[in-house]
Amino acid sequence: MSRMTMREAVSKALWEEMERDEKVFIQGEEVGIWGGTYAVTKGFYDHFGEKRVRDTPIAEAAIVGSAIGAALTGLRPVAELMTINFAFVAMDHIVNEAAKLHYMFGGQFKLPLVIRAVSGGGRQLGATHSQTPDAIFAHFPGLKVVSPGTPADAKGLLKSAIRIDDPVLFIENATLYQTKGEVPDDKDYLEPIGKSKVQREGDDVTIVAYSKMVPAALEAADMLAEDGIEAEVVDLRSLRPLDMEPIIKSFKRTNRAVVAEEGWRSYGVGSEVSARIYELAFDYVDAPVKRVAQAEVPLPYNAELEQLALPQTEDIYHAAKEVIYG
Amino acid sequence: MEKKGYLELYQEMVIIRLVEERSAELYQQGKIGGFLHLYIGQEAVCSGITSVRQPQDRIITAYRDHGWALSAGIDPKNVMAELLGKQDGCSKGKGGSMHMADTEKNFWGGHAIVGAHIPIAAGMALGDVYQGNDDAVTICMFGEGATNIGFFHEGLNLSKVWHLPVLWVCENNIYGMGTTMERASAVSEIRQKAEGYGMPNDRIEGMDVMKIREEVSRVLEKVRKDGGPHLLEVMTYRYRGHSMGDPERYRDKEEVKKWEEVDPIGILRKHILDEEVATEAELDEQDQEAERIVDEAVEFAESSPNPPNEALFENIYVEPTPIEYRGYAMEHESEGR
Repeated sequence: MSRMTMREAVSKALWEEMERDEKVFIQGEEVGIWGGTYAVTKGFYDHFGEKRVRDTPIAEAAIVGSAIGAALTGLRPVAELMTINFAFVAMDHIVNEAAKLHYMFGGQFKLPLVIRAVSGGGRQLGATHSQTPDAIFAHFPGLKVVSPGTPADAKGLLKSAIRIDDPVLFIENATLYQTKGEVPDDKDYLEPIGKSKVQREGDDVTIVAYSKMVPAALEAADMLAEDGIEAEVVDLRSLRPLDMEPIIKSFKRTNRAVVAEEGWRSYGVGSEVSARIYELAFDYVDAPVKRVAQAEVPLPYNAELEQLALPQTEDIYHAAKEVIYG
Repeated sequence: MEKKGYLELYQEMVIIRLVEERSAELYQQGKIGGFLHLYIGQEAVCSGITSVRQPQDRIITAYRDHGWALSAGIDPKNVMAELLGKQDGCSKGKGGSMHMADTEKNFWGGHAIVGAHIPIAAGMALGDVYQGNDDAVTICMFGEGATNIGFFHEGLNLSKVWHLPVLWVCENNIYGMGTTMERASAVSEIRQKAEGYGMPNDRIEGMDVMKIREEVSRVLEKVRKDGGPHLLEVMTYRYRGHSMGDPERYRDKEEVKKWEEVDPIGILRKHILDEEVATEAELDEQDQEAERIVDEAVEFAESSPNPPNEALFENIYVEPTPIEYRGYAMEHESEGR
């Protein structure tokens, strides 16, 4: 085990996979000479060279489209989108090509492709650069959508994403890059994609979260513990496939749930998870499931207004209290 | 080319034409669903190009793909079965008219979003260069209508910047659906767009398969040797509407008739006779053989079973999808239908 930041964990996963398999390469805006706009690929260009660390034009359809083509020839590209907000420019290639080709051609095409994208707000980048539209991408069968909440998962899940033969959208939250945690040193440390994980055990309330809301939920759980409430925190880790099993198992014990996400509430992750709780465990419901999410506004630039719109640890804490005490 | 080659080329073009004519009938009978875009009139382009490509050359095209599927070497039976949505279709009945492929024939589809396959083609060429397949060229087709969408420009630019071995082929049939080139494109020759990317280019006639073979052989070998992209604009014409639902208000019958006089099959037939490669009777024999093959293909397709219900959940992912998830999906999503 080593203690490292999530940025280092992502970087390490990429580095190790590129060392392990010549077929893995990365491409995107400023991944090379610049070292990555979030410094994830710092040092890669000098070590792996321009063939495997490919600076691209600022042209997202070309970045994702050509990565799809390269994947079809048997390579294992990792295409980096500087932010997930730019994924809309490549939307067709993500949802109409990457998510469809394997199925639509009767299983002939394989796309061992990873698209990495930075998501989330809170950095005063204004409305166009601050979105958390993760749920949109999870809408499409054929694509796998993964988003880690801890440095260890960032390493284990990214390595799995690179090794499997399916297209994976790997979403990293920019404000999590500095968070630290213990990460296994094992070069073959793999976390399964499509498996939710209990990050904290408790019997009183189930808090479902992913990505940035995982540390927030754990923090809220600590606050609740001071009030004598033991919260169980389930980390989705993967939005598609969505693994409900640990959630339902927990809910059948706690009978109360809060679902936290950084994105908007409407048609979001919380909507999906809470609907499934009602479908799968209606007889166990003691209180309506609460959703914690972003205010339904385009994110403003002003720091205070921005934080007012974003879901906070306190929101999760209060939501948990509400589902327990009404 | 030897006599056998001529006869094969001729027969292939006749098969393509017959498959399309039968498809139109089957569509009108309601046996083919969705959209149906016929290739009739453009046969010289696909047959000319595929007959001079090397096996390592990848072929990728847009939605008007039946001709390409056939000339890439997919059995007419499997093409017809795909049109009818059957299990023996080249895409197992899940792709349909616009999504045919056979990776073993190095035919990579059949892509229905206009221009979206263009950056993908650049990526396939990158894959070959990366893996040291130095003598492979990716041949990517699109209509002139696709050259007005961003994907085209991103793809062309990338292929030039990265010096990728792509032969870009614009099948210019003058109409993007029902809109003429003049009403949709800022330049009157598509090849001019390659100029903007410093890319070598040509504009050639597309009704004479022998001329296409000659030009494409030359360009293909140049791309193979130099490694960089080249754009070829091929002037052709579709005799039928954009799709089966086309009212064809944008052109008159006289125009179609004019082009029918330079029919690509007629041109090849005349060439074969003029050069005394084969006799009229021998060509008639090819016609009959083509008809027999297409009849057989239709029969095969009609008797091929529908894909089983289990196929619905097959090939969503390569990796086995968690049983719990599939169980959930089966149990609940089916109730909602």
